[in-house]
Amino acid sequence: MTAANTVSNVVPQRSAFHIWRRHPNLTVGTAMLLIAIFAAIAAPWLGTIDPQLIAPFNRLQTPDSQFWFGGDLIGRDVYSRTIYGARVSLAVGLGVAICGISLGLVVGLLSGFVSWVDSVLMRVMDGLMAIPSILLAVALISLTGASLKNVIIAISIAEVPRVARLVRSVVLSLKERPYVEAAITSGTPFVSILLRHILPNTLAPLLVQGTYIFASAVLIEAILSFIGAGTPPTTPSWGNIIAEGRSVFSIAPHIVLFPGIALSFTVLGVNLLGDGLRDAYDPRFVSRA
Amino acid sequence: MLAFTMRRLLATVPVMAIVAIIVFSLLYLTPGDPAAVLAGEQATAADIERLRIALGLDQPFLTRFGQWIGGVVQGDLGTSVFSRRPVMDLIIQRLEPTIALTVASLLIAVAIALPLGIIAAWRSGGIVDRVAMSFAVLGFSVPVFVLSYLLIMLFSVELKILPVQGYVPIAYGIGPFLSHLILPALSLGIVNAALIARITRAAMLEVLNQDYIRVARAKGLSVRKVLLKHALKNAAVPIVTVIGISFALLISGVVVTETVFNIPGLGRLTVDAILRRDYPVIQGVILVFSATYVVVNLLVDLSYGLFDPRIKY
Repeated sequence: MTAANTVSNVVPQRSAFHIWRRHPNLTVGTAMLLIAIFAAIAAPWLGTIDPQLIAPFNRLQTPDSQFWFGGDLIGRDVYSRTIYGARVSLAVGLGVAICGISLGLVVGLLSGFVSWVDSVLMRVMDGLMAIPSILLAVALISLTGASLKNVIIAISIAEVPRVARLVRSVVLSLKERPYVEAAITSGTPFVSILLRHILPNTLAPLLVQGTYIFASAVLIEAILSFIGAGTPPTTPSWGNIIAEGRSVFSIAPHIVLFPGIALSFTVLGVNLLGDGLRDAYDPRFVSRA
Repeated sequence: MLAFTMRRLLATVPVMAIVAIIVFSLLYLTPGDPAAVLAGEQATAADIERLRIALGLDQPFLTRFGQWIGGVVQGDLGTSVFSRRPVMDLIIQRLEPTIALTVASLLIAVAIALPLGIIAAWRSGGIVDRVAMSFAVLGFSVPVFVLSYLLIMLFSVELKILPVQGYVPIAYGIGPFLSHLILPALSLGIVNAALIARITRAAMLEVLNQDYIRVARAKGLSVRKVLLKHALKNAAVPIVTVIGISFALLISGVVVTETVFNIPGLGRLTVDAILRRDYPVIQGVILVFSATYVVVNLLVDLSYGLFDPRIKY
């Protein structure tokens, strides 16, 4: 694709190379996330064996040509467990991003439009924000029991205040804009104002926020599993694998190392993607970078 | 200033009240029977019933909440269902390691982040900037426990110059105290430094574009003086704010780091409480950590006046 710069088309079309040049973070981040997604989806066909298969002979096996990432404490294949572990992390990341943003959007819209609800909701959000997210999630999970669903719900609740505040601030600033005021005075139905003027403007900041929530959810899930309050031990997740390798770290560091690299790789990719998206929609940051 | 301090102090009361209400209501709001979940799978009906009474779940919400909050304001956080000791005592016992770790991490974070952010902003777009900011993105993508294990592998297993884990109270000698503290504080400090460095850079960039900076350079002041005296002081408010916010990150980090390094602090207490399903302890730790977070951010708010005399209360 060549850059078509005609008179009628003032904005030149961007080739893939152009996008990469202008937004290297976006490109690299997307690529890294796609690799992680591919590993999660294609896990059974990537040379893996049953991640729960116990082979006593492979206990603490060091990485070799057959066991790429070695064996764990009871002889399970660390490579297979790491690849399958991507499923849990990405499911939690995506689940929390969707739940957290949906809940936060509802709270934020309510606060922005209904002033008596605003003061109540915002105080609750202040209180929620004062509780460190990990501890809030720990409390919720200890009361509801550890399962993938509960982990997603618990982390989502911890992320709601940040989204709600963001949406609220967008709504409050938009309400003052002449075109929205005009729409209100001319009797445009509320739903139309919402769909036509408010929601489209929350899209870009929410997309950026969504990637950061995704990254932080993946990290929190790993931490929760690591301290024993996350994904049940029967499911391989990066936090679980690392927790199990903890006691033998000094003699078999590979059990901790490989899932640790996978975890860092994924979070780094999502963070880069978020930075790239932010730069792309907020030109203020581009001029500075 | 005094009036503002009082007002700001009073404003923390509703926040803490809401934290208390949230933490307490979780027991009642969560679907299912929390007594059954907390008692575990092997529990008999009698066990569950005993736990229900111990947690006060047999009483109406408001009665129980009144009793509980009345105790909390007097420093009574309830009794552990596992060790049957007052939660407050358990927390006080574990305070020293956690305070030592938090303070040391914060010092390391600031010591790394400020110079890095300042140099990155001063040489923005240059190679130092790129390297520093790549480090920053990497820093908050690598989970604390992965970094901890990498440091243990390097300094304890390979070089054998630092202990693998454990904690020595400061009363047993400053040498062993520091040698046990340095690795956990370093791992936690680096992760926090990443966030602070990014904000420092952004805040400094904003200030460095101002006219008075150009004037200061033009009248012949050294780069060092301009950066540290003219620029940093004016960029201080967002930097101090992010240090306050990073305190939340530090608290979650403490829970993990204490587990990795086997440090008998509040984080370890939390993890043990999770494994023993000891909800009163979890509740107490959350309250203490949240209160600390609120107080730290109160201090941050109050410090603005020190850096910027234009901020009048």
